[in-house]
Amino acid sequence: MNLRISPGMWVILALLLGFVLAAMGADLLAMHDPLRQSLLLRLRPPGTVMAAGQYLLGTDDLGRDLLSRILYGARASLLVAALSVSVSLVVGTALGLLAGWFRGWTAVVIMRFVDTMLSIPAILLAVLTVAVLGPGFLKLVMVLGLTRWPRYTRVAYAQTLQVATLPYIRAAEMAGCSATRLLLRHVLPNIAGPLMVVATSEFGLMILFEAGLSFLGLGIQPPYPSWGSIMSAGRAYVARAWWLTVFPGACLFVLVLCVNVFGDWLRDRVDPRSRGRG
Amino acid sequence: MRHVAGRVGQAVIACFGVLTIVFFVMRLSGDPTLLLVPEGATAEQIGALRHELGFDRPLLVQYLAYLGDLVQFDLGDSLVQRAPVAGIVAERIPYTVTLAIGALLVALGLGIPAGIAMAVWRGTLVERALAAAVLAGQSLPTFWSGILLILYFGVYLGWLPTSGADSLSSLVMPSVALGALTMSTFARMTRVSVLDELSRDYVAAARARGLSRMAAVGRHVLRNAAIPVVTIAALEVGNLLAGAVIVETVFAWPGIGQLAIQSIAARDFLIVQAVVLFVSIVYIAMNLLADLAYAAIDPRIRLER
Repeated sequence: MNLRISPGMWVILALLLGFVLAAMGADLLAMHDPLRQSLLLRLRPPGTVMAAGQYLLGTDDLGRDLLSRILYGARASLLVAALSVSVSLVVGTALGLLAGWFRGWTAVVIMRFVDTMLSIPAILLAVLTVAVLGPGFLKLVMVLGLTRWPRYTRVAYAQTLQVATLPYIRAAEMAGCSATRLLLRHVLPNIAGPLMVVATSEFGLMILFEAGLSFLGLGIQPPYPSWGSIMSAGRAYVARAWWLTVFPGACLFVLVLCVNVFGDWLRDRVDPRSRGRG
Repeated sequence: MRHVAGRVGQAVIACFGVLTIVFFVMRLSGDPTLLLVPEGATAEQIGALRHELGFDRPLLVQYLAYLGDLVQFDLGDSLVQRAPVAGIVAERIPYTVTLAIGALLVALGLGIPAGIAMAVWRGTLVERALAAAVLAGQSLPTFWSGILLILYFGVYLGWLPTSGADSLSSLVMPSVALGALTMSTFARMTRVSVLDELSRDYVAAARARGLSRMAAVGRHVLRNAAIPVVTIAALEVGNLLAGAVIVETVFAWPGIGQLAIQSIAARDFLIVQAVVLFVSIVYIAMNLLADLAYAAIDPRIRLER
């Protein structure tokens, strides 16, 4: 595997690290309480300096500091994405391993279910499910995780079918290895690469889904900040306070862009077709 | 023919699966009656409604009744608007279809030329610049690009209306916002497809006969490269309909996406259910159409199966 990192890729990695650090260090970095409202400070433009301190990115319609809200919003965004990707990765991979290992009817049933799930647009299924269950952080994570597992299952299934016929698996099987141990110790590590590629691109999608659902009022609930909900509130003031939509949206765009570039880079290194060249 | 029958069968199974999933999702909260009653209803009213809607029957009976109604296109009555759900949704469908067509035109009009250019000028600055644009299109959240468009063309320049669906000019910004992601998909697909064709012998033969590179692309390559792109177009229609949920909310475009979101706020869940079913079934139908079109255009596909 060619792991040489180009200068452009270093920039992407640095930006990604920056987002993660900003999210983790929101408590330290934020100069204001992201929930603290002030009627005197409504819709102040970026760069406002008041007795209470600096408002670098301005304030929102309730007089809250936008920069602080964006920092905490990064935490919500990354946390929801990381947790929901973990849920779908585990569920999807487990089903794919089972289908690929047992084949026959198990595979038919699981893969038909996958096809069906993929024929409902994910955002709509998530909208319906969140609306039925009601909002909440854990519900949001579970809904996103349980909506987006089928892509992992497809990849895990195809890969397991290939790997299962290899001599070392047959050898381990004849040596008396149990099916669980075989799948987890011998099959899984060999199919992990392609699954990580899927997980990376799904991570970008999950960030967009969380922001989209919050924008629609179905994700992170006010007063807690999420980039999507900040923008949805800012939509009403778009003519008077451009900063409310431009800044959180720019963060969202740059973060997703970095994740996508990183995903492409990873895919080029894991994909067997490009591996042959290196 | 066997291929066609098989694919139609698969599509029917998928439709059935979607209906089943939606049925269970509607019951995830335990009592679907609570999703349908207006706020502040008394326990007696809820009980009466539960009985009236049949939610007190065994799950299997409810499921069969639900399937039976849907087969007859009976989506139930909206308890908020006191009118059949099918009619309420049907009224909004033309708006969403118009928006999807607008977005598709934007995506095709920009994505395909961009893809061809990336393949023909491979390795040059042109490819790099376009690749960056494509990547940006893939990562743009529609609600952000939508608001930026509103800010620039609606508020700053004042050229286009910022919301509503009063004239053709109202369609421009939502179409661009919705079409960006699809445009990137088209550009990537076209690039790969044209590159594939460019490496074939017939291109070398055409070039050897003295055809310029551009003439070879125009006369021979594009015709063959179009096959995968056509099928992607059908698939993308489904994605556009789903993406409309957010774009319609941003631009106050009165299609089924906005209807679904408004109905959640109004606790009119049968409408939300109807929208999800409608979009999913269109999505499955488009998938089927894409597969059949692929087989019809390219006879090799049929032999392979």
